[in-house]
Amino acid sequence: MSDTPPRALFDKVWQAHVVLTRDDGTSLLAIDRHFLHEGSHHAFAQLADKGAGVARPDLTFGVADHYVPTRRGAGQSIDPAIAEMVERLTRNTTKHGITLFGLGDPRQGIVHVVGPEQGLTLPGLTIVCGDSHTSTHGAYGALAFGIGASEVAHVLMTGTLWQKKPKTFRVNVEGALGPGLSAKDIALHIIATIGADGATGHALEYAGSAIRALSMEGRLTLCNLSIESGARCGMIAPDETTFRAIAGRPFAPKGALLDRAIEAWRQLPSDADALFDREITIDASEIAPIVTWGITPEQALPITARVPDPARETDPVRAEAMRNALDYMALTPGTALADVPVSRVFIGSCTNSRIEDLRAAASVLAGRKARVPGLVSPGSSGVKRQAEEEGLDRIFREAGLEWVESGCSMCVGMNGDIGQPGERIASTTNRNFKGRQGTGVRTHLMSPAMVAAAAITGTLADCRPFLAGRAP
Amino acid sequence: MTPFTRVTALACPLAMANIDTDQLIPARFMRRTRKEGYGPVLLHDLRFAEDGTPRTDFALNRPEYAGAGFLVARRNFGSGSSREAAVYALADYGIRAVIAPSLGDIFAQNAVNNGLLPVRLDEEAVENLIASLTAQPAVITIDLQAMRIEAAGRALPFSIDPVWRTKLLNGWDDLDLTQSHATEIRAFMAKDAQSRPWMAPDRGG
Ligand code: SF4
Repeated sequence: MSDTPPRALFDKVWQAHVVLTRDDGTSLLAIDRHFLHEGSHHAFAQLADKGAGVARPDLTFGVADHYVPTRRGAGQSIDPAIAEMVERLTRNTTKHGITLFGLGDPRQGIVHVVGPEQGLTLPGLTIVCGDSHTSTHGAYGALAFGIGASEVAHVLMTGTLWQKKPKTFRVNVEGALGPGLSAKDIALHIIATIGADGATGHALEYAGSAIRALSMEGRLTLCNLSIESGARCGMIAPDETTFRAIAGRPFAPKGALLDRAIEAWRQLPSDADALFDREITIDASEIAPIVTWGITPEQALPITARVPDPARETDPVRAEAMRNALDYMALTPGTALADVPVSRVFIGSCTNSRIEDLRAAASVLAGRKARVPGLVSPGSSGVKRQAEEEGLDRIFREAGLEWVESGCSMCVGMNGDIGQPGERIASTTNRNFKGRQGTGVRTHLMSPAMVAAAAITGTLADCRPFLAGRAP
Repeated sequence: MTPFTRVTALACPLAMANIDTDQLIPARFMRRTRKEGYGPVLLHDLRFAEDGTPRTDFALNRPEYAGAGFLVARRNFGSGSSREAAVYALADYGIRAVIAPSLGDIFAQNAVNNGLLPVRLDEEAVENLIASLTAQPAVITIDLQAMRIEAAGRALPFSIDPVWRTKLLNGWDDLDLTQSHATEIRAFMAKDAQSRPWMAPDRGG
């Protein structure tokens, strides 16, 4: 027995980065990685106002993703207002000596896909970015969270950030997932269980046999959605799966240095008797393929369910929120979810655009035709190349879907990829908020295999029959 | 930053849950610089119909709530994206405080960094406040020093993170404080680079 008190993964990473703690309990954390995208223009404007420089350009990386056009082949014109957003990022990163994976760079992609792919995301690091889905990087056992523009400016100027320590919350997922299910279903199940504000003020840790069994891609999807339950970050203890995913990545440590790193990373998992402020356990075998029916990710149900009825909700405030959601989504209580027609599909975003996601969608779509139009945008230019080597692009194209370049695309629509008012979109993204994919657009969130099934049937659909006899 | 000590203003009820940052400031407006101002596009798609005319049924557009300085909303206000422009929109519109049963963490942090007070009040108190403000628009007072809302002759106590309270009361930003610790930061980083050499990105040097 050691005499130090047992600590959770979160505590270990937190404590290793505390430069100092104020009397009021707020700590100044050293930041190991700072990712920037086009939205950082507000922070750079703050720097310019103060005439300040960037403290750690060596730890800062820019990626063009939020505004990049996904149709950017030769001869395709770019909206000047959008081009200006991408150029602003180039100007700011160049001025401050920051490495940029910009438009046309083979390493370009969505920031939360690029970090791990380039070996910049490592266990035990503190990682920040002005995007709430920075929680994604917690899949590697990093403490990663989204920050606002003033905080981005602070990190740029000092390499540090003031933070008050969140509470800890462990979610154990035990047992085996059913066939055709994925990390997206686990995530939506958790959010529906604890609520969209259920983990506010907490750092989540995902543990249990179902989590250990997930691939790195699956873990990234799960941690990505931590913010949708209100959590600041979500973490998974690093293990052999993690170490294998890091070896050989461009910016990752190599050789003897990697061995030393792995030795240190093995100390990171939560101690056996570590205490958490909250803890719940979920039985993986009870998770079904899930779709959202409302306007917050917590409004989610198994595909086999029906649109819920606000009249049967006893809490009047909840009932009102349900009516508001059903009104926007144009859904009638009692309708089978599998009977809801969709007008378009989207496969992409930092939630579900990695190679495994594209393979899952392709295994449903292979040899079949989509009844509705749709877009497939790989998570990075690297994922795009790999998918094309594997012939996945052909499967999508032959099914009738459009295969485009990498970027945030229809996750947030900043680059102009949006739906038309009234359209209903089956989407692998992370937010079904009103207007997220365009004014008046209705979004249903689900896994890549489920979106592929919806494309084939033209309705929300269970992916499992389409996967029978096929590789998952 | 303007300090927030004791502020009296008209409060507008927004009887909605999950007013996320995408609704506070739709993404298509985020190319603006701060100098252009975000006030006119606050809650744009809730405030305006597709043809750009104001929706008269939206509380913020009603004459009796014109010039509101506080918003009272249902749970999970400001959830979603980290876009600080959501706070710029509120602040530029003239909102000084938002009262709700729960608020998104990043939103609340951004709010404090811009002098906007996020107040968490229990669900029942918020429902009562929404009901009374809907029946009778009223000026209320938020006293951050005393951590108390004074509305309709009643005092509602609230609690707030002490750090946020100090920052708001004084109108401080973090930067000056951080820079006063420059020596400790440098020492920490030098030592850390020794003990975790693998942290530095491998640039193939
Ligand atoms: S894909 Fe969506 S959630 Fe992910 S970084 Fe881009 S905008 Fe943010």
